Amino acid sequence: MKNQDQEIAQKMSGAQLLLKSLQKHDVELVFGYPGGAVLPLYDALYDAEIPNILTRHEQGAVHAAEGYAKATGKPGVVIVTSGPGATNVVTGIADAMGDSVPLIVITGQVATPGIGKDAFQEADILGITLPITKHNYQVRDVEELEKTIDEAFHIATTGRKGPVVIDLPKDISIIEGTYTQRTKPVNLISYQPTTNPSQLQITRLMEQLKKAKKPIVLAGAGITAANAAKELQEFVERYKLPTVTTLLGLGTLPADCPYFLGMGGMHGSYASNMALAECDLLINIGSRFDDRLATCPSQFATGAVIAHIDIDPAEIGKIIPTDIPIVGDAKNALEKLLAFEPFEVDSQAWQELCIERKQKYPFKYDRENKDEIKPQRVIEKIGEITKGQSFVSTDVGQHQMWVAQYYPFNFPNQLITSGGLGTMGFGIPAGIGAQFAYRDRPVIVFVGDGGFQMTNQEFAILNENGLNVKFVLINNGSLGMVRQWQERFHNERRSSSVFDGQPDFIKLAEAYGIDAVRIMNPATVDSELEAAFAKEGPMLIEVIVSNSEHVTPMVPAGVPNDQMIGVE
Amino acid sequence: MRRIITAIVYNKSGVLSRITSVLNRRQVNIESISVGVVEAEISRMTIVINVNTLSEAEQVTKQLNKQIEVVKVSDITDDPHIERELALIQVNAPMSVRSEIQAVIAPFRADIVDVAQKTIIVQVAGTHDKINAFIDVLRPYGIKQLARTGITGIKRG
Ligand SMILES: Cc1ncc(C[n+]2csc(CCOP(=O)(O)OP(=O)(O)O)c2C)c(N)n1
Repeated sequence: MKNQDQEIAQKMSGAQLLLKSLQKHDVELVFGYPGGAVLPLYDALYDAEIPNILTRHEQGAVHAAEGYAKATGKPGVVIVTSGPGATNVVTGIADAMGDSVPLIVITGQVATPGIGKDAFQEADILGITLPITKHNYQVRDVEELEKTIDEAFHIATTGRKGPVVIDLPKDISIIEGTYTQRTKPVNLISYQPTTNPSQLQITRLMEQLKKAKKPIVLAGAGITAANAAKELQEFVERYKLPTVTTLLGLGTLPADCPYFLGMGGMHGSYASNMALAECDLLINIGSRFDDRLATCPSQFATGAVIAHIDIDPAEIGKIIPTDIPIVGDAKNALEKLLAFEPFEVDSQAWQELCIERKQKYPFKYDRENKDEIKPQRVIEKIGEITKGQSFVSTDVGQHQMWVAQYYPFNFPNQLITSGGLGTMGFGIPAGIGAQFAYRDRPVIVFVGDGGFQMTNQEFAILNENGLNVKFVLINNGSLGMVRQWQERFHNERRSSSVFDGQPDFIKLAEAYGIDAVRIMNPATVDSELEAAFAKEGPMLIEVIVSNSEHVTPMVPAGVPNDQMIGVE
Repeated sequence: MRRIITAIVYNKSGVLSRITSVLNRRQVNIESISVGVVEAEISRMTIVINVNTLSEAEQVTKQLNKQIEVVKVSDITDDPHIERELALIQVNAPMSVRSEIQAVIAPFRADIVDVAQKTIIVQVAGTHDKINAFIDVLRPYGIKQLARTGITGIKRG
């Protein structure tokens, strides 16, 4: 140890050391749930400046941390106990891996002498989370703890972001170690993400753009992660490039940007999917060609030169063969693209075609139907009420796709949804996590009656923490998205997708001390929504909708993008 | 197609399972893995896999490279390289055939490393194919035990 370090070196328990390190990394709060293996840690939290948000289930804690991370771009931090506490966060860790969310998960572990001996509440969380973390650690020496935490934050927040697990045996959190307030930047020779793209490849891309007649941009979550929405918009406007986004790319261009064609893929817009099918140059920035977007990789953008900008080299060429591979951070790449001497792209006919399609084939539903409330209308109306400026968290299912189609997203990080893993139960805690990040900004959670019942216990923490989240429960009495697939692809055999009885959701909200309203009259739905949103404080707004609605249009799984069903 | 991949990794517990987990997840069939410590804290692995296309092999190297404890991964199949496997073979060797066996193994530059009353153990190193050929030659005498290391490989020049 260097002299300089020694001066500030302090002796303290592993638990205190850990909390000190979290403070060093500017952690403002943690989400967690105590238990035997983390008792020393919770004891230290009792005096700490970092509050622990006590959720009612560990799954709630991890999704709340993800919501916080997705809304801010900063890492979310979770503390849970060993064994059952740790296994309860597995879904959230996998979710964070799927969507490249920076997350630090601290799991308690039984004391080192018990590890590997099937001790009480022991689970091999390193083994369990190995394939669903960017990296994981077990701390075996208290003197390694501070360094491990520094590394974990470095790994979680750089390159392609992702979840890191730190497994902390109970005895390590008790014994004393030295806290040095290390300030040295982490340098892992085996982990050096390339952030600066090759000028050669950037030039190749621009040469191709000069020649292109039908260029498009595909914008994914990599834009948001790199904080590059402004640069994206400038690039798109300068070269008048029709732009398709992924689900997680929504908000990277404002909804009213004339070049924005909508989300592409399975439930994307007709204009976007036709543009993907017909383009001659596809510039993918920060999307991983997920199969909900590239529904049929072998027939995807067959006539196009494919350029792919991604911070993760393993994504390039993984699904779609790439002509121009560009490894780097989306912001750096866009800055280099913008540094080029501007030129005219001869693609006016193509732009007009794309925009005409967008106007001619918007997302549609039966607006004339006066007998039932249309879920699409509910979302559209809430978009109007909030002027497209609210943070929006969703759960998974039909309502999620309608939100993607009908809510006007205007800024990056605005949509907080589970894209990669498609995790039901995500919406409620994630929306709560986002509200913790931005106390004075509106947050709406859209959730189905299925997913609602997976994590609604987190309503308990709303009043406790003075939070103001509006929950819009789209109640169709069924697992809508599953039912839709059964109705389309399984001869209408609705196996286990229609609920026989449901709890009284209004009473349930009231039990938690939350204001609640049930909307069931199609004639007054608009005014009732307005009235509900005019109220202060957390609120459950249950909207009863038909149980036969489908999300359209649709590219069936495995079929090329231009073969959409449900387009008139 | 058979590909030989080498990986320089930190010699930490759990590294091998990280590597095999990446391969398993991608349904890649592993023919052999050999590992040894080569420097303080650094191990070198040689992984022989069987894949259908070059892009599959490329994806494997990229995914392995993403592992935090992996320093460098290379696919050396198409580079000039040396590959070696070691085999230890215990074979029935009554006095009557000992000299015959000795003559048979000589062209393979194999060594006798243990002699017992009825058996001997021979050691041979070489490419996978050479060792297969060698085993075929010894099989008629009766092989009692056989151990192979799997391939270890290194780039030339
Ligand atoms: C944890 C989990 N279990 C199962 C699924 C499969 N699944 C996808 S959508 C869906 C139905 C969701 O129903 P609901 O929450 O009522 O929303 P809706 O589709 O009706 O809007 C199911 C079961 C999932 N995505 N996540």
